[in-house]
Amino acid sequence: MKKIEAIIRKSKFEDVKEALYEAGIEWFSYWDITGLGKSTEEQVVRGQIFQSNYIQRHMLSIVVRDQNLEKTVNAIMNAARTGEMGDGKIFVSDVEATYRIRTGETGPEALYNKENEEK
Amino acid sequence: MKKKYIVIIALLTLISLPAMAQGATTAAAIPAPTVNPGDTAWMIVATALVMLMTIPGLALFYGGLVRRKNVLNVLMQCFMITAIVSIEWVACGYSLAFGSSSGSLAPYIGGFHWAFLHGIHIGDLSPYFISHSQPTGKMVDGVPQLIGTIPHLVFMLFQMMFAVITPALIVGAFAERIKFKGFVIFSLLWALVVYNPVAHWVWSADGWLYKLGALDFAGGTVVHINAGIAALVMALMLGKRRDYQRHAIPPHNIPFVAIGAALLWFGWFGFNAGSGLAADGLAGSAFLATHIATAAAAFTWAMLDWIIGKKPTIVGIATGAVAGLVAITPASGFVDVTGALIIGVVVSLVCFVMVAYVKPKLGYDDTLDAFGVHGIGGIIGALFTGLLATPAIQAAYSGAFYGNPHQFLIQLLAVSSTIVYSGVVTFILFNIVDKLVGLRATDKEEAIGMDEAMHGETAYTTFD
Repeated sequence: MKKIEAIIRKSKFEDVKEALYEAGIEWFSYWDITGLGKSTEEQVVRGQIFQSNYIQRHMLSIVVRDQNLEKTVNAIMNAARTGEMGDGKIFVSDVEATYRIRTGETGPEALYNKENEEK
Repeated sequence: MKKKYIVIIALLTLISLPAMAQGATTAAAIPAPTVNPGDTAWMIVATALVMLMTIPGLALFYGGLVRRKNVLNVLMQCFMITAIVSIEWVACGYSLAFGSSSGSLAPYIGGFHWAFLHGIHIGDLSPYFISHSQPTGKMVDGVPQLIGTIPHLVFMLFQMMFAVITPALIVGAFAERIKFKGFVIFSLLWALVVYNPVAHWVWSADGWLYKLGALDFAGGTVVHINAGIAALVMALMLGKRRDYQRHAIPPHNIPFVAIGAALLWFGWFGFNAGSGLAADGLAGSAFLATHIATAAAAFTWAMLDWIIGKKPTIVGIATGAVAGLVAITPASGFVDVTGALIIGVVVSLVCFVMVAYVKPKLGYDDTLDAFGVHGIGGIIGALFTGLLATPAIQAAYSGAFYGNPHQFLIQLLAVSSTIVYSGVVTFILFNIVDKLVGLRATDKEEAIGMDEAMHGETAYTTFD
């Protein structure tokens, strides 16, 4: 089991979501994040210009079975790319254990719905 | 059947009319003065509109401009001022501002004879009037005495809302860094010893600026210059916020700013069009001048943003609108549409330069530009009233461009005396209150935010 964490542009979120659905990833978590970086954004308040290096992005967190790792990463990478600086990053790490709270299933079984898979 | 009855009643009325008129003329030469329902209805609405300017108008305008950790503090300051100044006004404020005193003090401050509204009865008519008046039937110094057409209590209430908003404007200068206890004491004292005398000078029948002929239709000097100068003094005395000019402090809720500015614009129709104290052509004209000057100022600011800052901003157009409202305030009952357009454009140009270039250069921390918009805008408005007042609006008043250059000098005197008085007394008050209870919030309080530090509340809770 692998955890994929991806930082993507907010403007690319809908594209990435579609790509993940197509790759069979139907659930994941995401949240707004603020980071600091080299690129600056300009904000003008009452004629005064503020330079801000705070950057707003979405972070996605997805836990997948090993077999699905590559297609998930590719889906995110292709959908989130604009080719300009600031497209984001993807991190992959091992997941030690997974539990499904409703049934008590553990391991990879907790990550997918058996009946759906068999269809 | 019904129709027939109506026709008969109408005929009977017509026949009896001449008889009724004859009866009236023979009974009394001058009818007893009465309340004019039209004027009174409008003035009650106008009073409520002016109240709307402070809460929620100004409260939201300022509240949106501060950081999220300080928004409740600003809302609280506006609410608290509304409460304490209203009480101060009936206790003695109204009497000091609009009452009369005897002897050498008369031109400078009223007395206490109307304290707690003593002697003002429900049936009394307003001794103050602008365009609508009526003879009382008495003669004073050989001329028929005149009286207003609205209840005295309604006039008192209308003026109360002006007394409320004036100290609330100063909030913009010391937002995000003042101790709440010190703020309450300062605001109350300021309303008492700065607002009341200046209102007396300009608006009371005994006031020395009123007698000189200073023109201030709805409060350019009394409200805006007065508050604007106090704001500058407070910003200088309190010192900068810790983060000022160290990093960006952008507004936390721009929709609040837009709603607040729109409510101010709306409420200002009561402020200006109500200041004629009657529902008549002058009220309509003041409404028009107010609206057009504001439109011109809002548009001008947006253009400046667009050209200089590359993009037109909401904060910019809202600020421009407020600057326009401020500047047209003293002029609204004296200038025509052309005058209103000129005032609107000029005020945005000047205020933009003030807040975008002069303030950062001088380095004083006027948090929300109370001085830059209200002080400077008020001065522009008061001076331009002396230039652009036209006899086409009120026949008795004309400015320098209409052949009366003397008016400009009177305006200059009114402006400078208000600046000096407000500046000096605010400085003294700051020192008194600072010694007494302390005014500047501690570094720690400032860092965690006024909401948590002063009120133990947070605006945007994480609870469901």
